[in-house]
Amino acid sequence: MNIVVCVKQVPDSTEVKINPETGHLIRAGVPSIINPYDHAALENALKLKKTYGGRVTLISMGPPQARSVVQMGLALGADEGVLLSDMAFAGSDTWSTSYALAKGIAKIGKTDAIFCGMQAIDGDTAQTGPGIAQQLGIPQVTFCEHVDIDGKNFIARRHIDGGHEIVEARPPVLFTILVPKEFSPRCPSFPEIHGSVKKPYHVWTADDIGAEKHYLGLKGSPTQVSRIYPPPQREKAEMFSGSAHEAAEHILAIMRKGQFIAE
Amino acid sequence: MIEVSKKCIGCGKCVPVCPFAAIQMVDRLAVMNEACTLCGACVQVCPVKAITINREEASARRDLSSYKGVWVYVELMDVPGKGHGKKIRPVTLELLSAGRKLADELGQELCAVLIAEKNQGWEKELGEYGADKVYLAEHPEFFEYNTDVFSTAVIGIINRHKPSVMLYPASIQGRDLAPRVAASIYVGLTADCTALAIRDGLLVQSRPAFGGNIMADILSPNSRPQMATVRPNVMKIDEPRPGRTAIVVREEIKIDKNLRRVKVLERKLAHDKAGAKIEEARVVISGGRGLKTKEKFKMLEDLSALLGGVVGASRAAVDMGFKEKTHQVGQSGTTVSPKLYLACGISGAVQHIVGMKASDIIVAVNKDPNAPIFNVARHGVVGDVHEIVPKLIETLKKKGK
Repeated sequence: MNIVVCVKQVPDSTEVKINPETGHLIRAGVPSIINPYDHAALENALKLKKTYGGRVTLISMGPPQARSVVQMGLALGADEGVLLSDMAFAGSDTWSTSYALAKGIAKIGKTDAIFCGMQAIDGDTAQTGPGIAQQLGIPQVTFCEHVDIDGKNFIARRHIDGGHEIVEARPPVLFTILVPKEFSPRCPSFPEIHGSVKKPYHVWTADDIGAEKHYLGLKGSPTQVSRIYPPPQREKAEMFSGSAHEAAEHILAIMRKGQFIAE
Repeated sequence: MIEVSKKCIGCGKCVPVCPFAAIQMVDRLAVMNEACTLCGACVQVCPVKAITINREEASARRDLSSYKGVWVYVELMDVPGKGHGKKIRPVTLELLSAGRKLADELGQELCAVLIAEKNQGWEKELGEYGADKVYLAEHPEFFEYNTDVFSTAVIGIINRHKPSVMLYPASIQGRDLAPRVAASIYVGLTADCTALAIRDGLLVQSRPAFGGNIMADILSPNSRPQMATVRPNVMKIDEPRPGRTAIVVREEIKIDKNLRRVKVLERKLAHDKAGAKIEEARVVISGGRGLKTKEKFKMLEDLSALLGGVVGASRAAVDMGFKEKTHQVGQSGTTVSPKLYLACGISGAVQHIVGMKASDIIVAVNKDPNAPIFNVARHGVVGDVHEIVPKLIETLKKKGK
């Protein structure tokens, strides 16, 4: 099985704040990490490789420094890494990003499955995976807890609204993977890091993947960010203290006002 | 637009899969007629990749002013324990209320897109909640949601009738479907919106990013429809208007079974006793470490039952075995945004707060006046849950009689 895993370098989201005066993101000093969902997707792919053999190729898109997440993935056990890096990609929204990644994956060659994180923690859109699948004209299975192989087919357990389902899909197919409830990201060992340096690594430009530039970057993206701003501040809680009886009456009054209970 | 290259071998596989009967074989070559909606079903099945759709050309030809109307995708859900029974998922009604305001602002129609095996008179409910029109596609292959089948239908109906705005619930189904449609027709899609408005005729889509630390307003100025998924439990449902009706427009679509490329082997719905899901609950009564024991935690069940809510738990409470993991609210559990969130004996660790801070009214009860939960609560009560909760139950029980 040939599996391609899409990985994204993201700022550790809980740290990102906005400068209220300039309205710009404050990224300085915020560490960059591999998107945890992508990390989970990679681990799932590596598990399949370990059990059934095959090859795992990583693909990422970003500025040159995004190499670090690809290198991290190689150290964790992937066989080959690709970084799509070109000024033409800058400012791409989910449409343009999935277009570019689909072009890059097509260049990698015969692929049985594509694994993506369910979403990235900086954007939380969950749109790039399905976008890639549509661009490549292959089916998708989103919100997967895990993916396994049964003979020639893939079997996935996925979330649905209100429960879960087990599905079967023939290759080629794209999966988006959830972070398992008990997931602790593995760190590669020193020999693994050392060994990963020798693994094949490529940087491809828009021309290399045959992407049409008018679909890329800010200009090619159908969505535009018109404004970013800090979320509205919540007012301080209205505090109440009193006897248990008074407190209960106070809460009931709030519930009545919100029409959660009858007058 | 759509082109068939010389590679076409005249196998005819595309003819039966076309949902709109738009392909004929002429001299052993596939030819598309004007019924073609560029849905791409034929591209999917062509064994020699002879069919291509030029999206750029298609979008360049788009006359944006010809796109009219605000559309809402109607999500259906299984009725627990009733075989193949289905009903409209409540988030659809939230979208109709939000969509109604946008449509009025634009002076355009509000339309619901209903894709179902069999319509069960749903146009009545959709009309009462604001829809002027229901685009109805019925087919046996719509018996359950499937990405390929449903996206083909939605793309086809969009290309036929050209809406200006299309809203989907940011549910698992909506977030599976919408990006597929957007990728196919080269239009903008904004995920998980929490506010929508019209400015200069454009849809302003507001959404949180970076785990809620930042808000962004997004526009899709040059493509139509302007599409968004909308976070459940955020938009208020307006009062239905009994007797208000929607016109039903039937969409003839045939779906070839070969379109369905992913097969469901098993499906399980994990419903709460009361049948309510915590993600969708209007009221969530949550407990933390402060409840002290599993037995004490049970009083939250009583309170929740009286309020028609669902019980949630902090990670600490789950780790201590007070409640099942499926009820855990927070980063490693479920994210909820009910109308009322009552936090009992929860100190308010960051990992819990990210899972509930989008709730409408947050009421927190805690002994410690400095507990961080009071930083997100609208109403804080300093006191002992073991005394206050029983009083609440007592009063509500009396009222019930």
